[in-house]
Amino acid sequence: MRSDRGQRAPLGLKIAAACGLLFLHLPILLIFVYAFTTEEKSFVWPPPGLTTQWFAVTWNRPDVWDALSLSVRVAAISTAIALVLGTLCAAAVSQTRFFGREAISLLVILPIALPGIITGIALRSAFALADIPFSFWTIVLGHATFCVVVVYNNAVARFRRTSGSMIEASMDLGADGFQTFRHVVLPNIATALLAGGMLAFALSFDEVIVTTFTAGQQQTVPIWMLEELIRPRQRPVTNVVAMVVVLVTLLPILFAYYLTRDGDQIAGSGK
Amino acid sequence: MTIAAVQSNPAPAILPGSGGLRGALSDLFWRRPKFLLTLMLAPPLLWLGIVYIGSLFALLAQSFFSIDEFSGLINREFTLKTYGDLFQAANLDIILRTVTMAALVTLASAVIAFPIAYYAARYARGRWKALFYLGVMLPLWSSYLVKIYAWKLILAKEGILTWLLAKLNLLWLLDAWLSLPVVGGNSLSVSFTGTFIVFVYVWLPFMILPVQAALERVPGNLVEASSDLGASPGQTFRNVLFPLALPGIVAGSIFTFSLTLGDYIIPQIIGTSRLFIGQAVYSQQGTAGNIPLAAAFTVVPIVIMGFYLWGAKRMGAFDAL
Repeated sequence: MRSDRGQRAPLGLKIAAACGLLFLHLPILLIFVYAFTTEEKSFVWPPPGLTTQWFAVTWNRPDVWDALSLSVRVAAISTAIALVLGTLCAAAVSQTRFFGREAISLLVILPIALPGIITGIALRSAFALADIPFSFWTIVLGHATFCVVVVYNNAVARFRRTSGSMIEASMDLGADGFQTFRHVVLPNIATALLAGGMLAFALSFDEVIVTTFTAGQQQTVPIWMLEELIRPRQRPVTNVVAMVVVLVTLLPILFAYYLTRDGDQIAGSGK
Repeated sequence: MTIAAVQSNPAPAILPGSGGLRGALSDLFWRRPKFLLTLMLAPPLLWLGIVYIGSLFALLAQSFFSIDEFSGLINREFTLKTYGDLFQAANLDIILRTVTMAALVTLASAVIAFPIAYYAARYARGRWKALFYLGVMLPLWSSYLVKIYAWKLILAKEGILTWLLAKLNLLWLLDAWLSLPVVGGNSLSVSFTGTFIVFVYVWLPFMILPVQAALERVPGNLVEASSDLGASPGQTFRNVLFPLALPGIVAGSIFTFSLTLGDYIIPQIIGTSRLFIGQAVYSQQGTAGNIPLAAAFTVVPIVIMGFYLWGAKRMGAFDAL
């Protein structure tokens, strides 16, 4: 659309676009204000006063730390599994042509395309049929399944840009398969994998719908928050945790965007 | 002398294999690419096939079981009784309510998303383009629960929205709206209006991205040609821009529609006590312990989405994803 250069957008369009973006961002910013409010019982606005005491209170809450620790462990292991599975699948799909290739990309995307509740209840009923008790690993099983797709998307986009002749050149120069992978393929896809891994981590860290079906009595951070939303016990602590969660998920996203910003803008598209 | 020494010991044209197990494996991969392919595909396919497809079949199988109403135990024999239970008036109400909400949310998201996507695709350049991209991506990826929580803060009776309307002397408008029969309620956070706003907010980025992708592909000179030929901006929008953006809108609507159909957390936290499909599934499998009926309920969104995807594919929406 080269011919548009220098053309000005109509005022109405500018206002509508700006309002839309404000609609998307103001609610999240509000969380940051509420984390400092002195009000304990209600969501009154404007806050009657500002304080940082709730950060200290939250810091000393063992249940928050337990939930955080479980979430981080689940996210780390799910991300590791998703990295291995997603990269393998991306490499196979993008480097070779074979029967059923399309079906494989559909299979990878399916867990995220169907509503989370379907994945959740499906896993729940499979556990029930197979008599598998809820544990740390049942959570990981669910999370890794839908994290594969983000790693896969990022890796496929990078493989598409990486020329196959580099691998051939490496082989011609006498490197064996492992050396080629270590010195040629890996450096090329490393940032895409890092970005995919970060997004997978953020996705797992934030997931609640599938987790409610696979966690049993265990509490991850989102489940802790959900409990607080349904049966509020101490609102200021929830405010602080909400702010921390925003920061914890935002930083990996920004970093992933930074890693993949030129060329393949795939990082977040299609959560 | 030195030349002779080099010549007497030339580097071999073909290097010897690196030997050992590693070398043997590497050679095997090279000679039999199919073997390597199988080895690469096996772990992800086994995982997704067993964990995911296996679970989906387990779910489907459960929907053909039934629950013994007296003992509460699940009877593992094939029956269509559960599907009979599904089509009771109360359950049909739930399905109708959910589908209506999903359709309204989809429509509203499309209307709000279009200007953002159009501006980003046609006018934003360089730094602004990146800003728009991040401006959509950050809300998309921020925590789902925190977004809902933020709206609970906003819509609460003592919250910021009431305060803002009071400052603008518009409280009568809010009260009038809340006194309406279906969409109203005690406060916005316990009304269908609240549920609707939060659904639109949470799924909006999923609509913006594909619409923007579709609009990026519309050549700017098409719009100029339309106005050169005497079309008003409204006519250009109706006859040129909108038809070309439609596949993108349909692609986005797949997400907004499907996600609304399956969600059970938003209507539980911000909404009335009347159930949506997701909540029905959740309460059937949890408190009621009736997994067969819960499974049958989930088949509803799967079937609806199956038809939806089939229609979307015919409209060419998948090219815009």
